[in-house]
Amino acid sequence: MVVGLITADLRFNGLQRTRALIDTLVLPVYWVADIPSRIGDWKETHFVSRTTLQEESERLRRENLILEGRTQQMASLQAENVRLRALLNSSALLRDDVLVAELIGVSPDPVRQQVVLNKGARDGVYVGQPLIDASGLMGQVVDVSEFSSRVLLITDVTHSVPVQVNRNGVRAIAEGSGSLSALEIHHVSATTDIRVGDLLVSSGLGGRFPVGYPVAEVVSVERDPGQPFAQILARPSAALDRSRHVLLVFTAGQAEES
Amino acid sequence: MNQRAQGYWVVMASLFVAAVLAVLPLPPWLAWGRPEWLALVLIYWCIALPQRIGVVVALLSGLAMDVLEGAVLGQNAFALSVLALLSVALYQRLRVFSLWQQAGIVFLLIGIHQLICQWVQNLQGIGERSLLFLLPALTSALLWPLVLFLLRGLRRHFRVA
Repeated sequence: MVVGLITADLRFNGLQRTRALIDTLVLPVYWVADIPSRIGDWKETHFVSRTTLQEESERLRRENLILEGRTQQMASLQAENVRLRALLNSSALLRDDVLVAELIGVSPDPVRQQVVLNKGARDGVYVGQPLIDASGLMGQVVDVSEFSSRVLLITDVTHSVPVQVNRNGVRAIAEGSGSLSALEIHHVSATTDIRVGDLLVSSGLGGRFPVGYPVAEVVSVERDPGQPFAQILARPSAALDRSRHVLLVFTAGQAEES
Repeated sequence: MNQRAQGYWVVMASLFVAAVLAVLPLPPWLAWGRPEWLALVLIYWCIALPQRIGVVVALLSGLAMDVLEGAVLGQNAFALSVLALLSVALYQRLRVFSLWQQAGIVFLLIGIHQLICQWVQNLQGIGERSLLFLLPALTSALLWPLVLFLLRGLRRHFRVA
């Protein structure tokens, strides 16, 4: 019976509903396991000195000013971008909506890079939805239950994300390495122009991830004359092992499909 | 009937606590050595109450564990059922063993558990190549005395039978 179950889950997708149901049932386990870090958060917010708070508020005010200044320009830049795109006859870029979610658990198994979020089907989360944090792409939703969802990180060995080099638009595929700090880029010919320090952004090919979110930064390029392809390693931009507050992106048109 | 089903909630509560311990975030350098808490607790109850706790409880808690880990549905269920089957078969011998002999058997049982999990993960193509996956068997065996004393104390205190 169990062997049948394993094959069924490996080969077909029919068990999604069952999995979601059990997931809803066992959510209290994650909730309880999350209590220590909740207490830590609570302590951080309640036991801080007045000066620290003042300093932080001052810093945030400065940051806010700078960001506001940038947004002023952004409106006109966006309008200009739309005009130029119209001139080029290409489709307009749509702004994406986001939903703030909180991390409530990580997969205990070291060979799986997955995290659990506190938003589920009730909040409109759907399978395949991209997840970002403040600094880059994190992964995509693979399981949705009523109140929680499970996200496969971009560094999982079974995950790949289509990227392009921000500098010159060279396309590639970044595959997870199983380690939280590295992505591997395979099948890039040895003569391709990729350098250390290049920023890789999501290319939007494949239709799963939206265009233009930072994915990783190239940290090493090895060109072995005996090999047909260069060996490239990149470090994910997102703080995969540190972010607690993350953003679920609703890309236009995809939420309605599923 | 009521007499026989006494203190069943203690078993359930201990399994729940084991599941929480099993998903508690650990620093990366410790992640490979995480003891198999659920397996340890199951072994104890299989030895203590073989007429009550067995393959069915193992199967259900294994399914819950699969979903918690995001593993293939059935991986832990299969491994834990085999574990429960073996310990129910061995319980008479296990009860008379000395503490460290028991720990040795626990090492073997959890090693088998890890091996089954490893097989299923390899079917999925994400298994670990080195023998690192056997580390939890060692840590679990070392923790066996602690689990034994704790759960025995609970069982006597609440008169679970």
